[in-house]
Amino acid sequence: MNTLTRELNSVAEPADQTQLHEEDHHHHQAPKGIWRWLLTTNHKDIGTLYLWFSFIMFLTGGTMAMVIRAELFQPGLQLVEPNFFNQMTTVHGLVMVFGAVMPAFTGLANWLIPMMIGAPDMALPRMNNWSFWILPFAFTILLSSLFMEGGGPNFGWTFYAPLSTSFSPDSTALFVFSIHIMGISSIMGAINVIVTIVNLRAPGMNWMKLPLFVWTWLITAFLLIAVMPVLAGAVTMVLTDKYFGTSFFEAAGGGDPVMFQHIFWFFGHPEVYIMILPSFGIISAIVPTFSRKKLFGYSSMVYATASIAILSFLVWAHHMFTTGMPVFAELFFMYCTMLIAVPTGVKIFNWVTTMWRGSISFETPMLFAVAFIILFTIGGFSGLMLAITPADFQYHDTYFVVAHFHYVLVTGAIFSIMAAAYYWLPKWTGHMYDERLGRIHFWCSVISVNVLFFPMHFLGLAGMPRRIPDYAIQFADVNQIVSIGGFAFGLSQLIFLAVVLKCIRGGEKAPAKPWEGADGLEWTLPSPAPYHSFSTPPEIK
Amino acid sequence: MKQWLYCALVLVFAPHLAAAEMPLNMTQGVTEISGKVYDLHMTILYICCAIGVVVFGVMIYAMINHRKSKGAVAANFHESTKVEIAWTVLPFIILILMAIPATKTLVAMEDTHDAELTVKITGSQWKWHYSYFDQDIDFYSNLATPMSQIEGEETKGENYLLEVDKPLVLPTHRKIRFLMTSDDVIHSWWLPAFAIKKDANPGFINETWARIDQEGIYRGQCAELCGKGHGFMPIVVQAVSAAEFDTWVSSQQAAAGAAAVEAEAALSQSLSLEALMAQGEQVYMSHCAACHQPNGMGLPGIFPPLKGSAVATGPIADHLEAVINGRPGTAMQAFGKQLTAQELAAVVTFERNAWDNNTGDTVQAADVDNHGK
Ligand code: HEM
Ligand SMILES: [Cu+2]
Ligand SMILES: [Cu+2]
Repeated sequence: MNTLTRELNSVAEPADQTQLHEEDHHHHQAPKGIWRWLLTTNHKDIGTLYLWFSFIMFLTGGTMAMVIRAELFQPGLQLVEPNFFNQMTTVHGLVMVFGAVMPAFTGLANWLIPMMIGAPDMALPRMNNWSFWILPFAFTILLSSLFMEGGGPNFGWTFYAPLSTSFSPDSTALFVFSIHIMGISSIMGAINVIVTIVNLRAPGMNWMKLPLFVWTWLITAFLLIAVMPVLAGAVTMVLTDKYFGTSFFEAAGGGDPVMFQHIFWFFGHPEVYIMILPSFGIISAIVPTFSRKKLFGYSSMVYATASIAILSFLVWAHHMFTTGMPVFAELFFMYCTMLIAVPTGVKIFNWVTTMWRGSISFETPMLFAVAFIILFTIGGFSGLMLAITPADFQYHDTYFVVAHFHYVLVTGAIFSIMAAAYYWLPKWTGHMYDERLGRIHFWCSVISVNVLFFPMHFLGLAGMPRRIPDYAIQFADVNQIVSIGGFAFGLSQLIFLAVVLKCIRGGEKAPAKPWEGADGLEWTLPSPAPYHSFSTPPEIK
Repeated sequence: MKQWLYCALVLVFAPHLAAAEMPLNMTQGVTEISGKVYDLHMTILYICCAIGVVVFGVMIYAMINHRKSKGAVAANFHESTKVEIAWTVLPFIILILMAIPATKTLVAMEDTHDAELTVKITGSQWKWHYSYFDQDIDFYSNLATPMSQIEGEETKGENYLLEVDKPLVLPTHRKIRFLMTSDDVIHSWWLPAFAIKKDANPGFINETWARIDQEGIYRGQCAELCGKGHGFMPIVVQAVSAAEFDTWVSSQQAAAGAAAVEAEAALSQSLSLEALMAQGEQVYMSHCAACHQPNGMGLPGIFPPLKGSAVATGPIADHLEAVINGRPGTAMQAFGKQLTAQELAAVVTFERNAWDNNTGDTVQAADVDNHGK
């Protein structure tokens, strides 16, 4: 194993391999300014790029959400016309999924995986550079299509055919192309993660000693490799249906529009787990640290993650109960979906039991982690309700679904990313962040996010469909409350920006291990972590 | 400061609170099935709440009592196979208990046998088309809320965006089978009171059914994103007693007969340009303006303009062809099925003369009738 590690490392990065043995300040010879960032093959630089890119996309997608909420503040059409409204919902979804959440996780993987497994860097550093640098192009293409004649994509982030084929704007080819690039980027990122974890673990870091963040990312990477090509297939068929006269999804030519949905959700459901499994890893690192107690049920966490990943391939049609499937298919997908709640429950029980009889303190990362557990569980509950097919006929395509996936994605995925940022910022920057500001950010976020998303459950149950630019007057009050929550949540994120900038600029010096209860190899490195993580493999207890 | 905030909040919310009557929960609906769905919803909701109380209860207890600041010292257990098996098996059992009623209801919902009445529902951008199979009744149901209310020039009515020109009339206490399909993109016919939401897929037919227990007016909306008018294609069902329904059916059939006579008469009429323009403008605003815009400019890159366009100023036959048979594979529908010859003649005349198109052409119902013959 060890020789393989060395070999792979030297093949992948001969230049850096020689530098590994030098003092850490060697990177002064590296290019400066913009070229440093364009040419970098360093996992920390690339991680930083990913994280900033993700934050910029988070603000971009957030601005679109503000447009949506402003239009929905009152009944009637006030600010934007329906076609532009549809572009906002579509691009908001695409930017948040592919631009904010996924790159944030890849950024965290880049920063943390080598440090956590005792490796010097990622295994494939040049590909790492490439997989990041194609992303800004993908999003420039996607966002610029909004300014084309006819506008950008307006068919929902799920781009159901034939709305996205015969009935879509001229810019659809750009949408397809940008999704292809994002997919390539994700696949390269995933390959890199797998190769790194399989080959670059320090001697003695055997599978059942891997930190859960590494485990969850490993499984996520396999999911990515399995489903991103399916998405690529779906967009390619949309492309040829629209421009080259094929009829994959066109009934008139012998195709089937519902087949599009099967293909999309075969990608789409694993995709939602791609956006949550790394969170599980993050929470499994933070909760034990601030409970000053070992994670309860480590091995069951690993098995639960694996079973969620496997089950995630068997439930896709729960997004399609109303498309008119045979009863036996509906039953199959209902049962499988309900089954997913079991391993998800195991995780929650494990975290709660970790806290039980711990010695808990509530620094900002722990505040976000606790909020994650509670609010993600609420999202899990609504997921379970959505799994009940007859009830889903009422919930489907209403604000109830919108509430569900924002609980799991915003208070789930995004909160875990925030928690991770606070938790590892001292390691990244060498400074402690401003704890007071961090807490203010937390409380503003957690209150506003619930004002924003909780009432959406009621809207859905009362009959408000999703993706509409205007609504019946009975929904007016609740929409107004939701919009106020939305603006407040959006503004609160500027506090986060302030905390991060302040922490990068300076602040109290962070020790190697700033958290009393923390465990893991990354805390054995000094803060800020050296340019190359472990030039000599660490000793594993 | 606080007072100001309070005042602001009151100002924002007070006018609405008076009008508020949004239910905060799913409603029970008016069919046996919708009642069962409601029961399922409540059961699973209570189960979730119960689990939530236990899990969050334990967690909050730990957060309060097992804090470092209270001097708590961490225990060091981190494994227990027994506990873990218990909390895998217990949820499993709860899920099985939940799956049983869900399965029964689902099977009942999908059983469309022995229907007494069949209605075909066709979605098209952005209206619903209803046809009663054995009664020979057939009509479109359009949004009735005027543009002026949507754009805020007029106060919004009670049923803002949930009102149509012609509701779907259905009898109570009869098993009604619905067949759903679509002319263009995917729509979804959702009537919460019946617990029915079924996609209307182009080229395919979906089935579902209802037996309505109570007379009344029930409102719903399209639930699947279908383009820019998605928020503007409501569903209104008027459920009446079986006897009333039968009278309604005969009155509709009589009206259809009268309309046929009128259409026949229209064929031999020749209307003035002014008369055609006046009628044509109305038809244009209700059927065409959503895409081609009231000013005939269209939306560049999505919907072509008619002002000065080759079709609207070129040969009349090409213009008629586009309007009557539509442009397959695009958002341009075939209006030949939806409008009478007289209406088609008027709207084509309007398009050829409005917005400085000024071709001076008049098109008569007979021209429409002769088109393609
Ligand atoms: C207990 C676990 C979960 C269950 C049982 C569950 C179940 C469901 C079901 C049945 C739907 C379809 C609802 C409909 O459209 O009618 C749905 C939608 C969705 N779920 Fe979940 N879910 C779970 C967890 C998650 C997680 C962890 C995520 C992501 C982090 C997630 C993200 C989504 C998204 C994004 C959608 C909506 C997609 C769309 O239509 O735009 N869910 N979920
Ligand atoms: Cu899913
Ligand atoms: Cu629709």
